[in-house]
Amino acid sequence: MALNTTILSEPNPPAGAAAGTPRALRLPRSPKVIAGLVILVVFAVVAVIGAWIAPYSPNLTNESWVQHVLVAGTGPGTHIKADYYPLPLPPSGAHWLGTTVFAQDVWSQLLVSTQATVAVGLLAAAISTALSIIVGVTAGYLGGGADEGLSLVGNVFLAIPGLPLLIVLADYVPAAGTSIFLVSLIIAITAWAYSSRVLRAQTLSLRNRDFVEAARVSGEGRVRIIIVEILPNLIPIVAASFLFTTLYAIGAYVAISFLGLAGSPTSSPPGLWNWGYMLRETFANDAVRGGWWWWWAPPGLCIALLGTGLALLNFGIDEFVNPRLRVAGLSRKAARRLGISRRPKLGLTPVVRRNVINVTSAESRTP
Amino acid sequence: MSLPGASAMTSPGSLAAPGAAPDRGVDPVLEIRGLCVDYGFGDDAAHAVADCDLTLGRGRVLGLAGESGSGKSTLAMAAIRLLRSPGVITGGEVLFHPRPASDGEPATTLDLLAAGEQELRAIRWSEIAIVLQSALNALNPVSTIGAQFDELLATHRPGLGRASRRDRAGDLLELVGMTPDRLRSYPHEMSGGMRQRAMIAMALALDPQVMILDEPTTALDVVTQREILEELMGLRDRLGFAALFITHDLSLLVEFADDIAVMYAGRLMERAPAASLFRSPRLPYTYGLLHCFPPMHGERHRMDGIPGSPPDLRDLPPGCAFHPRCQWAIPRCRQDVPKLEPLTGSHREVACWLHRDNATAPPELMRPDPAVAQPRTAAVSDTSAERAV
Amino acid sequence: MTTLAVVPKGAIETPVLEGRDLTKSFRVKRGSGLLARRSRLHAVDQVSVQLMAGAVSAVVGESGSGKTTVARLLARIVKPDTGEVLLDGHVVAGARSRRFAAQVQMVFQDPFSSLNPVHRVRHHLARPLQIHHTADGDVDEAVMQLLHRVALDPPARFADKFPHELSGGQRQRVAIARALAVRPRVLLADEPVSMLDVSIRLGVLNLLADLRDRERLAILYVTHDIASARYMADTIVVMYAGQLVEAAPSVGLTDSPAHPYTQLLLSAAPDPERLERPALAARGAPPSLLAPPPGCRFHPRCPHVMEICKRMAPPTVTVAPDHTAACWLHVDSGERVLDGAGMGPATSPSPQREAEVQRPP
Repeated sequence: MALNTTILSEPNPPAGAAAGTPRALRLPRSPKVIAGLVILVVFAVVAVIGAWIAPYSPNLTNESWVQHVLVAGTGPGTHIKADYYPLPLPPSGAHWLGTTVFAQDVWSQLLVSTQATVAVGLLAAAISTALSIIVGVTAGYLGGGADEGLSLVGNVFLAIPGLPLLIVLADYVPAAGTSIFLVSLIIAITAWAYSSRVLRAQTLSLRNRDFVEAARVSGEGRVRIIIVEILPNLIPIVAASFLFTTLYAIGAYVAISFLGLAGSPTSSPPGLWNWGYMLRETFANDAVRGGWWWWWAPPGLCIALLGTGLALLNFGIDEFVNPRLRVAGLSRKAARRLGISRRPKLGLTPVVRRNVINVTSAESRTP
Repeated sequence: MSLPGASAMTSPGSLAAPGAAPDRGVDPVLEIRGLCVDYGFGDDAAHAVADCDLTLGRGRVLGLAGESGSGKSTLAMAAIRLLRSPGVITGGEVLFHPRPASDGEPATTLDLLAAGEQELRAIRWSEIAIVLQSALNALNPVSTIGAQFDELLATHRPGLGRASRRDRAGDLLELVGMTPDRLRSYPHEMSGGMRQRAMIAMALALDPQVMILDEPTTALDVVTQREILEELMGLRDRLGFAALFITHDLSLLVEFADDIAVMYAGRLMERAPAASLFRSPRLPYTYGLLHCFPPMHGERHRMDGIPGSPPDLRDLPPGCAFHPRCQWAIPRCRQDVPKLEPLTGSHREVACWLHRDNATAPPELMRPDPAVAQPRTAAVSDTSAERAV
Repeated sequence: MTTLAVVPKGAIETPVLEGRDLTKSFRVKRGSGLLARRSRLHAVDQVSVQLMAGAVSAVVGESGSGKTTVARLLARIVKPDTGEVLLDGHVVAGARSRRFAAQVQMVFQDPFSSLNPVHRVRHHLARPLQIHHTADGDVDEAVMQLLHRVALDPPARFADKFPHELSGGQRQRVAIARALAVRPRVLLADEPVSMLDVSIRLGVLNLLADLRDRERLAILYVTHDIASARYMADTIVVMYAGQLVEAAPSVGLTDSPAHPYTQLLLSAAPDPERLERPALAARGAPPSLLAPPPGCRFHPRCPHVMEICKRMAPPTVTVAPDHTAACWLHVDSGERVLDGAGMGPATSPSPQREAEVQRPP
């Protein structure tokens, strides 16, 4: 049984339940989490090696990669000079994902675009998480005037709608599209306020816990208390907010690229290839109406898939933070077989006679 | 009888004379037989309650003592099927015997473990009421006490008009020593003691036959605790309900319960009338527990409590779970789990190998039982001599 | 004025730690938003306590009596409004310093929240050793020593455990070891056993008593359990509604309580040895500390209340050697009139000192 590593959520877990690792570092190994991790790892690998394994440069155009179709009413038989319009090629052995109307290879574009998209997502989340920790935890721990000031800044950012601010900022910094760091920074500025608020609230409650008080009584300094005593307890929340912000940052990057605010790879200075820009080109060239699904579907699916992976991992963290979300040590299948709902009804403790249980656990032990 | 719990408190309806067998022969209202409760499933499961038999006599107060994690609350909550996930009942039966109808027709017994949601809903609160440790969590913070009474009575006593519901609520509050004007208060406006009183009044609202008191006064100060317990016991005498009183404080049970059952690591280990248990414990754990409460009088002397700490339910020692902490453990204790069985020539039960077969129990565990025709003075002097050691 | 102090018999030595006339009130907000009313909660009022080397002083009271605040005032986690804390007879001024931390340490009530769940036992003990350089070189060796001192044997088995792998009693021992790491002379223990299982409480109390005897620590034992205070403490002070009401050597106080509140507390405590269930001397609950009653704060519940109790705070009276109580019952009726500045003689029970005061059996 893969699920037996989950911890019991008994009110007073007996001592020595799980030896070795601190509570904060154990993640439930549910199918959700595993699926999420697999997705993320695949995208991470592609982000790193995508540019190398791409068969062509994403900007490379080749006349033979499109089908030239004569525009009706031109060419032979008319007095107008023959004019051709390009039709992208559907997927084939040479072009796994077909080509674009600009006679470029979609598979290569997708591989190269992954890098900037994933990098911006992670970097923006990292900057935003760092900002939210600095502001949120400091405000929560110090309290008083410092708290009010920092909270005010956070609330202002929380109140401004994120996307318009993002558009204004991206528009104001024309060079933004050329640098992963600049884009990430702009996105992070619009993203940190929410997690900062959550972290502040959590710090406020930790601040009055006895172990923080005890550290203070033993003469520990302020900075060390924040970093060594408080921060490790926030890891689940930080991790969750990091994942959430990554998701948001990817969405935001795709959005501003789609709107053309993150530059174009062919302009000067050149912008970065990313899924948002790919979508922009498909949209601008009526790819959907043209029925060229191999062009618009891959970037869209990638966004959805990466988002799903992040969300699945986030669920895992959620279950970890709140163990009541799962029936301890029981897979969905086993639970259904025993006639127990996975979200047990309050006020009706299930009765499962022991002989039934033995049968089930014996079954589930067999490979 | 030396203790008020055993004599003055026995309600007239109870058949039990002091010294008589407390459950066999007594008209039972709640019978727990072979109850097993696990947390979790399969190989990972912790057996929180293992094979427990417990009988609550009509109108009696049965104390259930044990340390945290001993399974005492789990036992009670499972018996009325209110145990939360991941708790699962894995065996046994819980029989509720309603009081006979007025026309002499015998009422039908209900097995709570086989009952459906509807049957349980009909029984809970109106027949079996619960008072938990934290009244603040049990009461709805956003409505007044009066509104909560009103809702309760409107649901279960549909025949009652609005005005009579209010009157009944006022009467109930007066029953527990509060003034009816408290009906207008919100839970947060009252002290902990007041909230717990209100909880008790609500539990009594439908005239239940069984009250389950799960650490009802643990969060309260000693003065309030004694006030509330005295009121509760007075109400028990007047209204005749039976109570299952769960607490970690054995000394409190000695004063307030008729019978006491001691739990350790998910098993019932000893059951006896309160006075017998206090004056002449037969179980080493009970003996140790009784010596964990420093006395209020006499010379001060060093006491040692019980060495070690309670075991992990998922990693119980083999044999008797208490043997690693037991000063009198014999080889057999490390191998076989003792069953709760009656002691020969007495009305009490104990799960201990020292009292079985050819084993000789130490004199500490063989003190004369006050309930078995021993002059009280002898028992008292014996105890005080022991305490002064 | 309720200024009580307990000095063990024959002691002329200076107390290691002393609180003089400590008063503390907290600002509280009732309601929320613009309608919030701010008022002051008078948590501790003119309380003096002295802690002697090699002695345990217990502070006994119900929840809300201010006993925990007294411990925190002495630990200087909380700053008093008025009054001062003296270390070896010298007033401690300014912010909580490392020097003060090296002398005065605290053990908290809840061993489940006083240890950081993400750190191993070793971290909890090593940090204070490093901060205060009390390890004599080898921190690891010192950690083992500390674990051994609190009877967590073998120490190596416990050093690398996380708090959730320990039982409640073991955690509290780690918390005590952490307090001992800085080699303090004063230990302030705030309800150190109330969250522990009954069967292991005595073990922790005995550990504290041994530290007192072997290492001459001055220990403040804050508790609501008067029986355990009697068991372990040398002196007991009883607090009610933020004030000291009685102070005496522990056996003297529990055997012949002089203040009606102490008598109430004793009659309410569970005591299976008693043959008759006691009649509670008084009912009701402690007053709100937002607006404490005038005069003696216990007067609304007191079974012996007199006219003067409602108007004037009682003086502190010595009722026996080393035994003081703040109660008008122990003031001669003549003096009461004088003190009462023209007030009429008391109407309620005749002021027969002591004789009239009920005693539990």
